[in-house]
Amino acid sequence: MQTNRREFLKASGALVVAFSFSGTAAGAALRAPKSVAKDAVDSFLVIGRDGRITVFTGKVDLGTGTRTALAQMAADELDVAFERIDMVMGDTATTPDQWLTGANLTIFQGGSELRRAAASAREALVAKGAERLGVPAAELAVEDGVIRVKTNPSRFVSYQDLIGKDGFQLKVNPKVALKKHTDYRVVGRSIPRVDIPGKVSGEWPYVHDVRLPGMLHARVVRPDELGARVASVDDAAARKISGFVQTVRKDNFVAVVARNEWAAVKAARALKIGWTPGTGLPEQSQVFEQWRKRPTAKVEANQKAGDAPAALAGAARRVKASYQFSTQTHASLGPSCAVADFKDGKLTLWSASQATHSMQDELAAITRLPRESIRLVYLEGAGCYGRNGHEDATADAALIATLIGKPVRVQWSRADETARAPKSPPRAIDFEAGLDAQDNVTAWSGDFYIALNHIAAFKPLDFPLLAATETGLPKPGNWVGFLFQNAPQPYAVPNILVNTHHISETIFRSSHLRSPGRIENSFANESFADELAAAVKMDAAEFRLKYLSDPRAAAVIRAAMKLSGWQSRPSGTQRASGSIAKGRGISYTRYNGTITYVAAVADVEVNRDTGEVRVTRICMGHDCGQMINPDGVANQVEGGVLQTVSRTLMEEVKWDRTKVTSIDWASYPILRFPDVPRVDIELIDRPGEPSWGVGEPSAVVIPAAIGNAVFDAIGARVRTVPFTPERVKEALKAADSART
Amino acid sequence: MARYSLMVNGKARTVEADADTPLLYVLRDNLALNGPKFGCGLAQCGACTVHVDGQATRSCVLPVSTLQGRKVTTLEGLGSSAKPHPVQQAFIDEQAVQCGYCTNGMVMAAAALLATNKAPSEAQIVDALAGNLCRCGTHQRIVRAVQRAAKQTA
Repeated sequence: MQTNRREFLKASGALVVAFSFSGTAAGAALRAPKSVAKDAVDSFLVIGRDGRITVFTGKVDLGTGTRTALAQMAADELDVAFERIDMVMGDTATTPDQWLTGANLTIFQGGSELRRAAASAREALVAKGAERLGVPAAELAVEDGVIRVKTNPSRFVSYQDLIGKDGFQLKVNPKVALKKHTDYRVVGRSIPRVDIPGKVSGEWPYVHDVRLPGMLHARVVRPDELGARVASVDDAAARKISGFVQTVRKDNFVAVVARNEWAAVKAARALKIGWTPGTGLPEQSQVFEQWRKRPTAKVEANQKAGDAPAALAGAARRVKASYQFSTQTHASLGPSCAVADFKDGKLTLWSASQATHSMQDELAAITRLPRESIRLVYLEGAGCYGRNGHEDATADAALIATLIGKPVRVQWSRADETARAPKSPPRAIDFEAGLDAQDNVTAWSGDFYIALNHIAAFKPLDFPLLAATETGLPKPGNWVGFLFQNAPQPYAVPNILVNTHHISETIFRSSHLRSPGRIENSFANESFADELAAAVKMDAAEFRLKYLSDPRAAAVIRAAMKLSGWQSRPSGTQRASGSIAKGRGISYTRYNGTITYVAAVADVEVNRDTGEVRVTRICMGHDCGQMINPDGVANQVEGGVLQTVSRTLMEEVKWDRTKVTSIDWASYPILRFPDVPRVDIELIDRPGEPSWGVGEPSAVVIPAAIGNAVFDAIGARVRTVPFTPERVKEALKAADSART
Repeated sequence: MARYSLMVNGKARTVEADADTPLLYVLRDNLALNGPKFGCGLAQCGACTVHVDGQATRSCVLPVSTLQGRKVTTLEGLGSSAKPHPVQQAFIDEQAVQCGYCTNGMVMAAAALLATNKAPSEAQIVDALAGNLCRCGTHQRIVRAVQRAAKQTA
């Protein structure tokens, strides 16, 4: 696979360069539109006359390495060398809609669809080869795109010689025979990521780097107070900025446009907007109590076995606990950006959205253009870990470009990204469990207060984009992700009742943030399991193994235990004499209850005087089935671990009664190098088993592993994420007063 | 608008910009250098790091008017994918990248460190990178990459 983008673009057939590709237009070249129907092989694959193969996928690489991994999957299914493959991702005019990139599904769902298309292509090519060579298909072998007669290798024909300009003209066979795992040559190898050489040298095109001829720069000016509306706009001072072009206003959407970016920044600062007062926010210190009492759209029993209320009533002993998980934000390192070009009734967007295809509907509603005239071309942005500001910036650019009729680049500010991008909703969970006289868990009851995933039948307007609501469009949906997932707990308890209470309205505009639902629910389940283990004075790892029967679950737990040198004893029974108390904790989850297995052991040091928690080491056991690229898996697991150490210890969006006050890296701090723990990972490969996603599962187990380690260290349990020094000190105080 | 003469990646460049324009905007918008990235505009994250006279410097808050006659090196000036600098090569070898948005700052800070300290300890590397933020959690690989680069240039 080539990493030089000029060669990359030159190499594949159907390419139209809209304008000079001089290096100032990085990544902006447009391909000729082609088949995108999801059931057509031509939508996924094009074989060039030079023998290069271009894979077209609706899934995008959000900085996770799937560009490389998907190419590996396609290479094996097609029987071609990895180096022969070029990737096009998320261009709505050339790639099939494979649903948004998220929910840990790129490899499992997106990769499986690609595999079936590639296998269908290979089957058709071999059939054509058999015809051309005049021998039965069974007597042919394929190596790197060359079909040979097994008994006479000098007789051969190449893929590119069998494919004319009309391509395959073939439906994907949903039941096509896929390659056996024993025949994989590319899958399973740690092939270096194709994007990294470009990324370390400034050559890789990000959406921020697109420059179009005549392109202007815009900044959208938004109120600090939530719900504030525009009362007046005075751009007299902005007009004096050299480079200022114009102010754009539509209802409550206001932007300044300038010839260069710095002028746009200065004009935005100089613009005087009179805002109406905002609609107000709840007192942050009361947020969880309020959250539990908000109106609910529905209550669902997500897990039910036996008769939990009766078993609780008859229990010898009961244990109760409540947990909370604070509102957090994606805090992408680079504020979102998008470029739009509106010409001859056609709107083209360069966007880092994880959902370019579904955004066509949303942008059609915002711009009042027909869906068919809107094209989104994916280019990478800063990592988003869910729905950050990428989609909003894309809508901003679309709206401004259609209003002014000129190409425009919209760059969000740090405050836009940290304060105004959507947030993860808060979470509150209440448990009660019953134990019998022999200390067996006989009942488990859980109530999960989660934000309603309000889906407007997927389109349009799944999600209240800022540019949509500011210009008066209704808010039919609020897509926050599958927040009920992993509310069901994995342990074999005879009587279980787990309810999810779906809160109708969130406090902030909410969206999915890495492992949405799973991370909060597993934090609660795995902390509570740990409380039960402590209540019966049992080792926390042994307790989990006692209630799990799946050998793959046990394997990841044992792997993490072994890596960490697990000390088997009831947690929270050591008493440190000095200020620093050390502890270890364990946590286990199977993502969604159906896919990747993961376990973590955390080692922590807690300063009993200051309440500061330091994570010194995390050991992971991880089983995602057959790995496509083991080093790629390791990179994602490490990333999931470290980002979640950050979320667990320090991340909480702050607000006052009118506005979000987390606006930059000082007011929304994240993990820095000196705080980074050592991470050790045991990756369990399962050749022949389905390949599941790895972007999210490792994050899921971290909060509880750390919380359980804190309990082991100080004998006090912190039940609200993040574990700030204040919350640790409060927990210590509560534990001390309970003892006296 | 005024004219400013800068030395960028070894070449004399003249740019037209307002005196208060931060160097980052001049590099990206006037000179089409995409290595340095806009992360915060507040000198808090390090994504915009360049070398000014060999020192790792936050280009997002440095007015262009202060740079007359000073030597500016960007990620592109360090090396290319075809001819990478040892630090860039070490980042490739360690696969020390996820989204890559912080990578510019990490490579530039590491290269500045190794220019003055050929054999830094792990603690010195961590200290040198403490002001650079990574959101993807690639820290462990980045430290390993700097250690590898140090070994290879020693």
